[in-house]
Amino acid sequence: MSTIALHDEHNHDHADHGHHKETLISKYIFSMDHKMIAKQFLITGIIMAVIAMGLSILFRIQLAWPDQSFPFLETFLGKWAEGGRIKSDFYLALVTIHGTIMVFFVLTAGLSGTFSNLLIPLQIGARDMASPFLNMLSYWFFFMACVIMMSSFFIQTGPASGGWTVYPPLSVVAKAMPGSGMGMTLWLISMVLFVASSLMGGINYVSTILNMRTKGMDLWKMPLPIWAFFLTAILGILSFPVLVAGVVLMVFDRSFGTSFYLSDIVMGTDILPNEGGSPILWQHLFWFLGHPEVYIVIMPALGISSEVISVNSRKPIFGYHAMVYSLIGITVLSFIVWGHHMFVTGMNPLLGGVFMITTLIIAVPSAVKTFNYLATLWRGNIRFTPAMLFAIGLVSFFISGGLTGIFLGNASLDINLHDTYFVVAHFHLVMGSAAIFGMLAGVYHWFPRMFGRMMNAKLGYLHFWLTFIAAYLVFFPLHFLGLDGVPRRYYAFTEFEFMKKWLTVNIFVTWAAIMAALAQVAFLFNFFYSIFKGKVAPQNPWEANTLEWTAPVKHIHGNWPGEIPTVYRWPYDYSKPGHDADFIPQTVPFSQTMSSNLPHDFEGNAEAEKIQQDWELANPVEENKG
Amino acid sequence: MSLRKFITNKTTAALAVLLTVFANTSAFAQEASVAGAAAAPKVDMGEVYKSVIFYILIFLAVCLFIAIIGKSIKVYELSREAQGKPVGINWNRVHASLFALFLVLGLYGVYWEYTVHGSMLLPAAASEHGKKIDEMFNLTLIITTIVFIATHILLFGFSYIYRYSAKRKAYYYPHNNTIEKIWTIVPALVLTVLVLMGFLTWRSIFFKTEDPNHKPLQIEVTSEQFKWSIRYPGADGIVGDKNYKLTTATNQLGIDFKDIHSRDDEMADEMVIPVGKPVKLILTSKDVIHSFYMPHFRVQLNTVPGMKTFFEFTPTKTTAQMQQETNDPNFKFLFLCAKICGSGHYNMQKVVRVVSDAEYKTWIAEQKTYLNDDLRKQFNLPVAPAAPKAASDSTAKDSAAVKPNQMALNK
Repeated sequence: MSTIALHDEHNHDHADHGHHKETLISKYIFSMDHKMIAKQFLITGIIMAVIAMGLSILFRIQLAWPDQSFPFLETFLGKWAEGGRIKSDFYLALVTIHGTIMVFFVLTAGLSGTFSNLLIPLQIGARDMASPFLNMLSYWFFFMACVIMMSSFFIQTGPASGGWTVYPPLSVVAKAMPGSGMGMTLWLISMVLFVASSLMGGINYVSTILNMRTKGMDLWKMPLPIWAFFLTAILGILSFPVLVAGVVLMVFDRSFGTSFYLSDIVMGTDILPNEGGSPILWQHLFWFLGHPEVYIVIMPALGISSEVISVNSRKPIFGYHAMVYSLIGITVLSFIVWGHHMFVTGMNPLLGGVFMITTLIIAVPSAVKTFNYLATLWRGNIRFTPAMLFAIGLVSFFISGGLTGIFLGNASLDINLHDTYFVVAHFHLVMGSAAIFGMLAGVYHWFPRMFGRMMNAKLGYLHFWLTFIAAYLVFFPLHFLGLDGVPRRYYAFTEFEFMKKWLTVNIFVTWAAIMAALAQVAFLFNFFYSIFKGKVAPQNPWEANTLEWTAPVKHIHGNWPGEIPTVYRWPYDYSKPGHDADFIPQTVPFSQTMSSNLPHDFEGNAEAEKIQQDWELANPVEENKG
Repeated sequence: MSLRKFITNKTTAALAVLLTVFANTSAFAQEASVAGAAAAPKVDMGEVYKSVIFYILIFLAVCLFIAIIGKSIKVYELSREAQGKPVGINWNRVHASLFALFLVLGLYGVYWEYTVHGSMLLPAAASEHGKKIDEMFNLTLIITTIVFIATHILLFGFSYIYRYSAKRKAYYYPHNNTIEKIWTIVPALVLTVLVLMGFLTWRSIFFKTEDPNHKPLQIEVTSEQFKWSIRYPGADGIVGDKNYKLTTATNQLGIDFKDIHSRDDEMADEMVIPVGKPVKLILTSKDVIHSFYMPHFRVQLNTVPGMKTFFEFTPTKTTAQMQQETNDPNFKFLFLCAKICGSGHYNMQKVVRVVSDAEYKTWIAEQKTYLNDDLRKQFNLPVAPAAPKAASDSTAKDSAAVKPNQMALNK
């Protein structure tokens, strides 16, 4: 930490800092540099995503060919796939761990962790995070959480299998299913570590954004990703502790015989002694986090796509203030909508009505964001970089998945749709696919900043089109299964006559999922190959305005040699009339762009307006330049 | 320098062509087999099919194929560059066109889904409140479909129209408060309508005023891993008390027979309900949370241990009517479990039969009570039957009556 203070004082022209020797361990493992930590989060996130995707392919195989035997499954999974068929208990473990990894480890840590760490200091003009040590701890807690979660695959009774929401009593009573034994204990430990990691990260992000912005970077000059990370971090800080409270109570119930969530339970004829608890309590505590959590997942993706869409449309983001206010609206509202996950759990129906109102209100800021994206594209000059393709894909998924939310948020319609494949289709589009696309857009866009090299664009194109098409092929048909009343988390569709007609659809969906999974090989190859062999990145490959592109391509500790650049303008001056280039970086003062300044730019600063007027009188604009 | 590059690239190109010739025959054939595997008539390839190596080889072949295409594109571009012509492929135009194509194919796909998969859905609701839910659903579907299609036309349309051109500059248009107000207020108004309708529908489902002359039929459903038990109220029309602490092998539901209302409660292996009469479901669970889901009637509510939940509905169509309407003589109403509850979650079902009032009355008269001689002894009740009906055969069929329950347990 002392380095940061030192950096401000000395000049950075001499490459050797002298005061502080970097070893392999301090540079790559226990690094306190935000850029390295971002890479650690990203690579861990990618590995976890590949694992979770692999799990999903396993259960998709089971759903498509429930009667067929796949000997290779037994080779890998042993007794969980005896005779080459996945067992019912293990199927549930697969869906549970797939969900947990994707929601928490990939889309929370992998997305927020990566891009908050990378972009917050670089885009607001700070040398590093407010608290680099805490930042390092945040990564290592996350890493431990991942290891512990994965270790549950190596125990006798298998991983937790009560669904990623781990509703008690199923997850608490060890006799209810094998996964509720040791596997569930590991799940809970992993989750506590994960929440600790998120909190350390979140506190760091908020304090960095509030305290360490460079000169001129007032809140309304921050790029939209920073706004998104800021509000996401606040959301996380306020909601994650509630999950820990819930988890601690669950640990008590499981290990110390308390009855917070249990009452009146008979397993077979074995009467459990617990009395007075309520399983609904867990659902309230869980969803008090769980619902903000889905916005923790999507908001950074929205922030990233705002930036990417604006840069590649060569146009300012439409309605910058509206974008920020809608993020704030989503943040606030997301705390009072958790009950829509519980319309049919036996919660008082009066509450159901209230939660329906708040839930549907949240569609308004979401609609505003969508329309603003469309307006940004309108009359743009769109460059289809891989990042831009993924950002457009995100908008498409956000619309498709968001609209089905209007069905599910309506308590009366939820009666018949709750816990069916309609829900699966809905959230995989709106928070699964959309957030993953946001993350991929971010990776393609900021890869040059992270690794100093470019990714191969053509492989990126291939990756996008295959994934985009496959994702729709997977999730669109699933809506119809839900509308036919097929519940989710069913091991096989063979026991019900009315579900048999969907077996062929399941085969189709599985093939599409396999296609999507294989398309990721293009990404993985591209990613790891480009780290070492990619073309060396130019200073500002996308011709973007934000501060991170002014930092040297080769990473240095402290980000900028010499003084941190000063910011003079908002980050979205693209294609400003009167200026020769189609972008004006934030570091360019208005005095250098007299020909393109607008009265609005001076925010009521009379003196500056006067200077501008004088200049305009002295340099009359030629009309009808064309 | 660039000439040398060009020559070496020509060698690569030649190599690539050679490789393509080799790889194509196999790659294309195998690709076709990947694509065709889902739809084509099954050719029994036995062990080969199952072998992982086979699939890995296919995948590697596809990768090779893609790599060759990639190299060829690069060669093409470099040769253009070497000849001093403008850059080979205008990717912006390619993607713009692909988005336009995606829009067209996507819209057709949506149409296909709506008509083909859309016709495979649940039949119209078979309950009174279900009709309201269906209306609400249709309204929401119309609104969202319009928005869905319109926004996608704009999204992909703009992507196509405003693709990059070096000659053009984007239009600097940072905001327009009027437009933004409009597209905040319009969705808000539409959602207000939906919220109001949804709220009223929701109220009408869960807040019912009880008509003393027209009391609903009470039926208690108890869930456990992985079966359902149904309890009819008997002659008094009231389902009696339960206490989980009384659960034994003979009294699996833990019915408290000290409560006089319990003594005439009847068991049933399927749910039979009279058409047009309100039914009040009392839902409970023995072990974990399950969800009582009756899709045809638009009924779902979780069963929670330690808590009773209630759902009242009125069936409007008999099973026979439904068989006619759906043109399926085997049509059955069902209820099933929709909340993850363990390894048997995927097979927890019971048949629901909606019949005429007369049929219901004959059927209910044949059902056995939960109370049998063993339980009478246990609860210190006189072994001589309390209720006058079904007196003579109760002992003879007692053991038989317990059996279906146990069978279900073994399922």
